[in-house]
Amino acid sequence: MSEIKNSDIKVVGAPAGYEGPGFFATQLDKVVGMARKNSLWPLPFATSCCGIEFMSTMSSTYDLGRFGAERLSFSPRQADLLMVMGTIAKKMGPVLRHVYEQMAEPRWVLSMGACASSGGIFDSYPVLQGIDKIMPVDVYIPGCPPRPEQVLDGILRIQELVQNESLRRRSSPEYKALLASYGIE
Amino acid sequence: MGKPTIEQIAESLKQKFGDSIIAQEQLYDFPCFIIKKEALLSIVRFLYDDETFQFRYLTTACGLHYPDAEQPFGMMYQLHSLVHNIRLRFKAFTTANDLQYDSLIPIFSGANWMEREAFDFYGFTFKGHPNLIRILNVEDMDYFPMRKEYPVEDATRTDKDDTMFGRKDAGFKKLI
Repeated sequence: MSEIKNSDIKVVGAPAGYEGPGFFATQLDKVVGMARKNSLWPLPFATSCCGIEFMSTMSSTYDLGRFGAERLSFSPRQADLLMVMGTIAKKMGPVLRHVYEQMAEPRWVLSMGACASSGGIFDSYPVLQGIDKIMPVDVYIPGCPPRPEQVLDGILRIQELVQNESLRRRSSPEYKALLASYGIE
Repeated sequence: MGKPTIEQIAESLKQKFGDSIIAQEQLYDFPCFIIKKEALLSIVRFLYDDETFQFRYLTTACGLHYPDAEQPFGMMYQLHSLVHNIRLRFKAFTTANDLQYDSLIPIFSGANWMEREAFDFYGFTFKGHPNLIRILNVEDMDYFPMRKEYPVEDATRTDKDDTMFGRKDAGFKKLI
């Protein structure tokens, strides 16, 4: 422990709670939130230039791994966070939705860039005008494409949501109604 | 047997098909024939089989739509004689009531997807095509998007402000 304290490496601190000799008491919500927040497994769904920016975000200069999202999951069943980056054609819509449906709860969705968020410059017949037409989205990152700093900011905002999410949210009637409004389950 | 000139090809086509060759034009370095669509298959067959010309490669085919023309719809085909390195373009126009063409699949298997694309975007049908379904657009699309009467913009777009972007009852023609 002392080695870590003397170095520059920052570790996530324990949540607020009662500490004594041999015990530490806090809320389960907070522990689970902390653990989830700092070990997000993103599924990169990259279809165009935003994907290139994401590669840059993952590599050494920006290094998304600093925030615990080092491990990309290419299986939706193991992923916590769906990152949609790029233009989604209408024909790709059902595929993307299928990926989303395969993810286990709790799951978050980050929509990166103008195209994924609203259709962007592609206001035309073959392009889905924003992924929120087919699935709920937690955080939108504007930009065409957004810089890696913006992606980091988006991830930090997702982390905020993850940390503060109640353990009961996913079984709440509001959440079920949200999914039902998209015709999921 | 040297490389045939465009004049020789045109002469040969006119001799064989007469009135079916409506016009000939030169678009930059590209010789282009406007033909009757009924003669399409036999013209392409002739150019394919002819031992001198050997037009045995279909480069591309696509639909055309000039909404103000007398015959607004058309199909365009580009043939290539790989032996002589000569390219030809054929256009066959028609009206909205008669969008059926002969399929070129008996001659070129590659015409399959090209004709599906023309069906997908313009609604042309092809006699003898084995699988004429949409190829690029979503299956449940209920119109032919490259026809000029349909707006390019997507009807489900919600983030554009009408006062800023002028989308309110903006038909396609008003935008250009």
